[in-house]
Amino acid sequence: MTGLTEAPALVSGAARLRSLGRSMPEMTPKLAAGLGIAALIVLFGLVGPLLVGNPSTVNDVGLSAPSAEFPLGTTQTGQDVLAQLAHATRGSLTIGLIVGVLVVALSAFFGIVGAYAGGWIDESFSLISNVMLVIPGLPLVIIISSYVPDKSLLLVAVVLAITGWAGSARVLRGFTLSLRNRDYVAAARVSGEKPWRILCVEILPNLVPLLASQAVFAVIFAILGEAGLSFLGLGASGSFTWGTMLYYAQNGLALRLGAWWWFVPPGLLIALFGAALSLINFSIDEIINPKLRAQTRQTRKSWGLSRAELRRVAKEDEL
Amino acid sequence: MRHLLQKLGFYLIALWAAISLNFFIPRWMPGNPVDIMLSKLAQRGPVTPETRRAIELLLGGDSSLPLLDQYWQYLGQVLGGDLGVSVAYFPTPVVQVIDQTLPWTIGLIGISTVISFLFGIGLGQLAGWKRGSWLDNVVPVTTMFQSVPYFWLALILLFAFGSIWQIFPLNGGYDVWEVSPGWSPEFIGSVMYYGTLPALTIVISSIGGWMLGMRNMMVSTLSEDYIVTAEAKGLKPRRIMTNYAARNAVLPSVAGFAISLGFVVAGSIVTEAVFSYPGIGSALLQAVNSNDYALMQGIFLVITLSVLGANLLVDLLYTVIDPRTRARA
Repeated sequence: MTGLTEAPALVSGAARLRSLGRSMPEMTPKLAAGLGIAALIVLFGLVGPLLVGNPSTVNDVGLSAPSAEFPLGTTQTGQDVLAQLAHATRGSLTIGLIVGVLVVALSAFFGIVGAYAGGWIDESFSLISNVMLVIPGLPLVIIISSYVPDKSLLLVAVVLAITGWAGSARVLRGFTLSLRNRDYVAAARVSGEKPWRILCVEILPNLVPLLASQAVFAVIFAILGEAGLSFLGLGASGSFTWGTMLYYAQNGLALRLGAWWWFVPPGLLIALFGAALSLINFSIDEIINPKLRAQTRQTRKSWGLSRAELRRVAKEDEL
Repeated sequence: MRHLLQKLGFYLIALWAAISLNFFIPRWMPGNPVDIMLSKLAQRGPVTPETRRAIELLLGGDSSLPLLDQYWQYLGQVLGGDLGVSVAYFPTPVVQVIDQTLPWTIGLIGISTVISFLFGIGLGQLAGWKRGSWLDNVVPVTTMFQSVPYFWLALILLFAFGSIWQIFPLNGGYDVWEVSPGWSPEFIGSVMYYGTLPALTIVISSIGGWMLGMRNMMVSTLSEDYIVTAEAKGLKPRRIMTNYAARNAVLPSVAGFAISLGFVVAGSIVTEAVFSYPGIGSALLQAVNSNDYALMQGIFLVITLSVLGANLLVDLLYTVIDPRTRARA
């Protein structure tokens, strides 16, 4: 009996692996650019802090523009901006990673489990996530963090995760609801598979692209949220992040003194990293929604069609 | 009608959750906000027993009363509109501080969100309609603006238009020396002049999200059968785009308004800090910096109420533009 039930499972497992491979995003220029930029920034956060000096070391050069000794100049107390940037990158990425993991766990629990269980569990889970969704996150985070004088990086991450999971949970719930009514899930249920097995083996693999895109969103959300919080002076104590750098730059009147080398790099890195993650998300979106995948005029041009032919194809496409 | 009641019921629950959160946060957090508040108030002037009692109820100092009784009295006090006295703006009551700052924020966020929504939806519609055109290729660029932190964009805009080319003022909500508040054309002109950069920040940062969402839904909608039918009937392309495709494509953007509004509100608080805009975000920071817990809690409550109100409005609008929600009920 056990042999009978295990054999098909193995086959379908292998088939699923193959289909997973097929659903991997194609290497488009967008995806390549996104992965490349993100990888460079992660590398900078991992290796950078080992190569630069102590970011808090005070030199007697004062506020100075980029030079050979300090490639990104110094702050008004003569601290090396490049060294600060390396440590800040590490700090911000750490927050992003922790919050990303927590948000995926929370939203998967409230979204997928709720939708699959149905009944009052689904009703209450969905009510909780909808209420969390309409309560604005950042004001709540500001309030909570102003009560706690000494905050660890972990605490800030947990608070950000608690206020940030609801949107993802709603998206996941919608998708799970449509999945659980598919015929193959009904077949699995009829054949006597246990609920947790249906959830983990039948439903979850189909949600992987969606989970990935929600995780990417969560990382962007976390890095932006932490930056905002730190910029207001409410970040984790003694931490170095892109937000704290901007906080010190703002308080050190970098703007009035025209010290662009101080306040431009951290923001630019946030923007670049966010943009890279968005580019990755575009590619994931095209897996989730195949309708977005049809060729654009740009790719058609590369087929070497004439103008009239291009117009004809475009016309057919619109119909 | 049933749909409407369900919606109203949900917002009542959300309102109750927000008020309860506001009740429990100061009680669960470490530290003793009541003592800090009362000692700060005492430095500024005599504290009447009523003030002391109001602060204790708001922030949870009186432990002799059972929690449930505290909760009921707190509800009565909050619903009666008494949110305590502000320390940062002593001796102004919290309600009055909020009353003075809220219109600025609602004006700023409201106008820039409407502008950003209309432009984003319009451009997204065109980009989806003409797939692969130059406009369509611009969409990824605008979404990159979305990952730019609001406050950093605000800093850059300030640096460019306030410091380098001194076109716009560096901070404030209106010219404090030249004009006085009132419904005079000078004052309104000054407010618009001072509000341009903050509004521009919010519009630039939020327009990309609307555009991308609308563009993707437009692409999906255009491959539906009813679009083919409409084309086959020989309807004008313009009519198909606006009445058939766009009307359906816009629904998810409207339904997802709550998520977007959360982002905009969060970004605006920090943006106000950069521009020292006299809105509720600046007041919140002032409260945080001076440990003004009563003002903080009050502002949190009011921000939540405003966001709930905006979402309710959008939800009602949704029932108007999507007849299916009414038919199902």
